[in-house]
Amino acid sequence: MAVLRIENLHKSFGTLDVLKGLSLSVEQGEVVAVIGPSGSGKSTLLRCATLLETMDRGTLAFGDSVVAREGADGRSVYVGKNELRQVKALFGLVFQNFNLFPHYSVLKNIIDAPICVQRRRPDEVREEALALLDKMGLKSKADAYPFQLSGGQQQRVSIARALINHPEILFFDEPTSALDPELTGEILKVIRQLAAEHMTMVIVTHEIDFARNVADRVVFMAGGVIVEQGRPADVLDHPQQERTRAFLAKMSSVNP
Amino acid sequence: MPDFSNVELIARQLLGGLWISVQIFVLTLVFTFPFGLVVALGRMSRNAVLRNVTRIYVSVMRGTPLMLQLLVVFFGPYYLFGVSLRNYPPFVAVIVAFVLNYSAYFAEIYRAGITSIPVGQYEAATVLGYTKAQTFFKIILPQVIKRIVPPVTNEVITLVKDTSLAQVLAVQEMFTIAKQLANAQSSMVALVVAGVFYYVFNFVVALVMERIEARLDYYR
Repeated sequence: MAVLRIENLHKSFGTLDVLKGLSLSVEQGEVVAVIGPSGSGKSTLLRCATLLETMDRGTLAFGDSVVAREGADGRSVYVGKNELRQVKALFGLVFQNFNLFPHYSVLKNIIDAPICVQRRRPDEVREEALALLDKMGLKSKADAYPFQLSGGQQQRVSIARALINHPEILFFDEPTSALDPELTGEILKVIRQLAAEHMTMVIVTHEIDFARNVADRVVFMAGGVIVEQGRPADVLDHPQQERTRAFLAKMSSVNP
Repeated sequence: MPDFSNVELIARQLLGGLWISVQIFVLTLVFTFPFGLVVALGRMSRNAVLRNVTRIYVSVMRGTPLMLQLLVVFFGPYYLFGVSLRNYPPFVAVIVAFVLNYSAYFAEIYRAGITSIPVGQYEAATVLGYTKAQTFFKIILPQVIKRIVPPVTNEVITLVKDTSLAQVLAVQEMFTIAKQLANAQSSMVALVVAGVFYYVFNFVVALVMERIEARLDYYR
């Protein structure tokens, strides 16, 4: 069964149709990179999948938990508030700007939600968080505050925060855009490691090389729909669609 | 040359008044901190009625003199509405008027602080499953408090000096007593001593606020 299933997703802001009937399924252990020009709707797709935006139309399901289905009038009908909060333990989101809580230590950033929201046992969560930090190479930073960390370190903390509840799927919203180019490698390494552990991931990025390096499947979006998708080598090196070719040509002229 | 021979006696009488001033100060703050926050939330509410009511409230409170507000709160119930309240001492009116007035200013400070928190903080909290109340009290409010300490310090210092306005309702706070002494003695000594006391009061207040600011300095 697909870990994430989105069908016929429509979303508009006022008169602007951002997503126009998009469908996407992600299988267990798959790493999907979503690329496309700005305004193509890739961020909105991620925000709908992570419940930061509500879909106008369409279906959304994580595994066998259906979050929203199309009602009789075609509009999305979401499950109740309490069920939505439980669904949030099924996925994690890593933001472009990390969005760590500045007044919490690194450790508290990771353990507070599991303890206060999921009501997990504090000692167990703590132990797990320290192990995650160790894995991220940040064991010594548990008591530091976010402002004391580099961007790459902050991003790794936010990945640990997203992983603490054992999500079925992890979403990344341009995880390297706010980082210096030389720090991109740190994040790439972490994502590769997660991929080796069969973590299911959806990564919105505008770095073609990043997509090529981590993804099993590249999804190219434009104008609110998926224009083309497939293996990175196929989509990035032998694109079938004119729109994809134009985008990649533009990207390579900017980043030779 | 003014006569400073009875300074000790003056100081002792003024200290009695200072105690009342401190009570006005403390009680006003105790009620203003939460009430100002409630007004701020009203100002930012999605409900248009609530938003406008609080907007007008803030506008009136900031746009009219506190001294006038003191008079209205004390005399208004009878002279405006014909209601004679039993057991309505001027001191209570002073606290009510001060809380109403200062809450308007505090509300705007809170509002500025709340709107300055990046939307990403709310989004991160939402994704992690925090409820709205948890998000506000655990994630947003602590950051707001850190940011608003400097403007709050301004207001708190102004409040120390504003307690002297309670004289219009003949509450025996420090300034009322200083004026009575100055009149009786045809001397400014009592006023000078009161000035020193106000300054020391504010010196302590500023010191405390500085401490609070330093304590919140562990993060950025």
